[in-house]
Amino acid sequence: MKAIIEQLTQAFGPSGYEGEVTSLITDLVKDYADELRTDVLGNLIAVKHGSQDGKKIMFAAHTDEIGIVITYIDDKGFLRFSPVGGVGVASLVGHRVRFASGAIGVIYQEEETEWKALTIDKLFIDIGASSKEEAEQKVHIGEFGVFHREFADLGTRLVSKAMDDRVGCAVLVEALRRMGQPKNTVFFVFTTQEEVGLRGARTAAFGLDPDLGIALDVTLTGDMPEARRMAVSLGKGAAVKVKDSSLIAHPKVKDLLVDLCEAKGIPYQMEVLERGGTDAGAIHLTKEGVPSGTISIPTRYVHSPSEMVDLGDVQACVNLVLAVTDADLSQII
Amino acid sequence: MDVKQVLRTLSEAAGVSGYERELAQLIEASCPWADDVRTDKMGNVIMLKKGQGPEPRPKVMLAAHMDEIGLIVTKIEKGGFLRFSTIGGFDQRALLAQEVLVHGRNGTRSGVIGAKPPHIQAPGEQSKAVPMKDLFIDAGFSSAEEAEKFVRVGDLVTIKRPVTNLNGSYMSGKAFDDRAGVAAILECFKVLSTVAHQADVYGVATVQEEVGLRGAVTSTYGIIPDIGIAIDVGFGDSPGLPDTDTIKLSQGPGIAIGPHVHPKVYARMVQTAKEWNISYSLDPSPYPGGTDAYAIQVTRAGVATILLSIPLRYMHTAVETLDYQDIQRTGRLMAMFIAGLDQEFVEGLTCF
Amino acid sequence: MLLARLTQANGAPGQENEVRDLIRAEVQAHAHVVKTDALGNLLAIKNPDAPGPKVMIAAHMDEVALMIVGIDNGYLKFRPIGGVDPRVLVAKTVVVGSKKVPGVIGAKPIHLQRPEERERAFTIQEMVIDIGAKSKDEAEKLVSLGEIAYFTTDYEELGPDKVKAKALDDRVGCALAIRLLQEEVSFPLIAAFTVQEEVGLRGAGVAAYQVEPDIAFVLEGTTASDVPGTDDHKQATALGMGPAITVMDRAVIPNPQLVQELLALAAEKGIKVQIRRSTAGGTDAGQIQLSKAGVKVAAISVPCRYIHSPAAVMCRDDFEGAYQLVKHYLARLEERVGLS
Repeated sequence: MKAIIEQLTQAFGPSGYEGEVTSLITDLVKDYADELRTDVLGNLIAVKHGSQDGKKIMFAAHTDEIGIVITYIDDKGFLRFSPVGGVGVASLVGHRVRFASGAIGVIYQEEETEWKALTIDKLFIDIGASSKEEAEQKVHIGEFGVFHREFADLGTRLVSKAMDDRVGCAVLVEALRRMGQPKNTVFFVFTTQEEVGLRGARTAAFGLDPDLGIALDVTLTGDMPEARRMAVSLGKGAAVKVKDSSLIAHPKVKDLLVDLCEAKGIPYQMEVLERGGTDAGAIHLTKEGVPSGTISIPTRYVHSPSEMVDLGDVQACVNLVLAVTDADLSQII
Repeated sequence: MDVKQVLRTLSEAAGVSGYERELAQLIEASCPWADDVRTDKMGNVIMLKKGQGPEPRPKVMLAAHMDEIGLIVTKIEKGGFLRFSTIGGFDQRALLAQEVLVHGRNGTRSGVIGAKPPHIQAPGEQSKAVPMKDLFIDAGFSSAEEAEKFVRVGDLVTIKRPVTNLNGSYMSGKAFDDRAGVAAILECFKVLSTVAHQADVYGVATVQEEVGLRGAVTSTYGIIPDIGIAIDVGFGDSPGLPDTDTIKLSQGPGIAIGPHVHPKVYARMVQTAKEWNISYSLDPSPYPGGTDAYAIQVTRAGVATILLSIPLRYMHTAVETLDYQDIQRTGRLMAMFIAGLDQEFVEGLTCF
Repeated sequence: MLLARLTQANGAPGQENEVRDLIRAEVQAHAHVVKTDALGNLLAIKNPDAPGPKVMIAAHMDEVALMIVGIDNGYLKFRPIGGVDPRVLVAKTVVVGSKKVPGVIGAKPIHLQRPEERERAFTIQEMVIDIGAKSKDEAEKLVSLGEIAYFTTDYEELGPDKVKAKALDDRVGCALAIRLLQEEVSFPLIAAFTVQEEVGLRGAGVAAYQVEPDIAFVLEGTTASDVPGTDDHKQATALGMGPAITVMDRAVIPNPQLVQELLALAAEKGIKVQIRRSTAGGTDAGQIQLSKAGVKVAAISVPCRYIHSPAAVMCRDDFEGAYQLVKHYLARLEERVGLS
């Protein structure tokens, strides 16, 4: 799994421009899915048909990562930009970005501005050009970029940019590769544009009309020094989401996930996320409603270039996904 | 139907956004006038009272949310104290010293929201509101281990506040937002059982309004009404609030005018109120959001909507206060409005 | 002149009647079906039964304005409907309600203000509309709660290439859509004149639900801040640099392939275009893209200075450029459809 996570996290895929990631996933799963298709918004849908009179389950992990978009090129070749998704100033200054063309840039601040007063419009990107013309050879206004930061294997823990949500994609890829024919019909949906408003999941769910929706996404932890209060920790298993800003997990779905963990000995922890949302937020409001929940991968330093996960937690999530694919859902639906 | 008793029963029950099931059962049991009652996948309670006459018949949806704002356990501290976050919009200043009910694994347990006593606070601290992160719930556990036997992260907490009867027809309690609206729907059904009406009426107790109008989105999609009437509470007059932002108590519901209100439905509602001598206030609302009407209006190919607001003081605190006669006025207004509907009127709603 | 009549017409979110009637009269002759829906969206449909692709061109009819929310001693209290910076309101003239009652937005005269007061902006709560009524009763004979006060700016040409008017956002889009509906095409072409964009992109999703387009172009008026006091990199768009194509805003990331097609077409036909250099603001494109199982969308905007104020300014060449760009796209599409 480490290799798949490295491949996926290092791929280029800001919201709206996820093509490279979707191609990569297609290669990873095409020999394992019964059907593979993409829709108008670029969502990749892999289908495994169920053996019995099961239900339609939609799993969703998003392929897009946060990034930036170039809004201006000045006379000296410096770039100005806007954020794509929730990018904070603290995660940018001194870090590097990579554009689709391959150009690399350094982000820095207007030095006259106090750190406390820094906002994104006081930052700029240096791609090593000496003039506007030279810069225009490498990039253009309206071009998207992502964090440029290598993957690091720390043993049981892994670090990279874009763990959010390539690690979720990896969980679904791994589950798809390990499963035989499930009892229920399962749609593994690799969604687009989650970071800018859960957009791909919304249209994908409308098209699929699932009976149950489960998102795979990262959640925060509270186990660092003087961390924000949060009862989720690295290494304590899959996080079963109770609530976040976008969703109150359907109680029966939440209970199902807990029951499966208890029955199969999968380590788990309960999660309440004060601010933040996942694709389940879009899925559950589709048409007449879809009972939904989220399986979260605990992650430190979310939305920074160095997001950290625990491999044990990731494996627990894979096992939980597999357990759901064969579960008896007649009580919920 | 005794509206005071219904309001009391609904108010004192627990039904935080996403966890409305027990309350839903209570509401289903309170509506003998419906021909059919069902609960959808999200937990919305849909009570249908059929109209008379041949199809097609006008379809009216009444929506009031049954969920209340509440708290959720986020951490169990040393000593058995519970840290919490909110579901829906609480004023943190209204929480200090509030009594609560913790809904754990095996039942409920009373508790109090505490913080540092005044004696040991620093000078100047008293003039600042206690931030939510400094609050905690004390349910009498002696240790974290003891607490963990009963409760875990993600469990819910509701405000413990029995209804208080104030002077005259004024009542005070928690979750009148929007159990008062639900009571108004029941009142409407009661009146409808005494008059002839063509329209099929779907009375919906919606879920999860407080966290984003969610139940209204999905229930409307399933019903596809011609007209959607949202009944929520509005800001009642009280000291310190400008007249332009409030509706007076005891003068009936506020009838909203704004982008979320269909002009013909508005005109017909006002006309009905005048004809039947039901008092009401005009409620100009430039911003269409904040109630189920916002979600209902843009469902599918669009719905003609209107918003009725029951005036309520001290919204989102444990002592929400209203005049129960305003609930009756609202119920009656909706019933008479529905009684006057015919297919021709609803077909004209898409003509602009 | 069409744009003059459109901008002079009054239509706040939820009360777009005057604008809708004007547009309906203009499009009647060019569409096979003209209809409205429960929110008041106006749909003009050409070739409804032809095979696809179905192309939707959307522009919103509503403008930002002021709603009367109270009457205090004969003075009218108001709140904005849609986003209005309170600072543009003081000392302007308005016209109120169905009786078109003239009024003025007043505030304390400078002579009676303390020096430090003059530094602070007036808040909406401090402002009133004076219609010359001496009492509440007198005012109530002229105006009702919930009625709308509109700016009274006249359409005017500024020099050879610029135009000043109110509500350029989005009557420019409406004017473009009316003209584009007249194109000779064999595929279904729908001009959707939407409602309530300014209070949350409300009408567009409802329109898209009914139309089920394959491709949608949203035509808008957008912010141009190419004025003194704005850093170059914060301008968003500039007048005279052509229509602005959106790569991203708060509501939408338009389909990259469609954006590329538009840029390539502009280059081929020699139409000057600019990229909208801001991700702030949102348009109907957001709601349309997420309709049902998804729609390919793009947003093309005419740059307007002083948007959401009583008097906005645009450049005629930019307006014409927007028209040419979409016209060529439709022609190109017609060629392809005609071949198959």
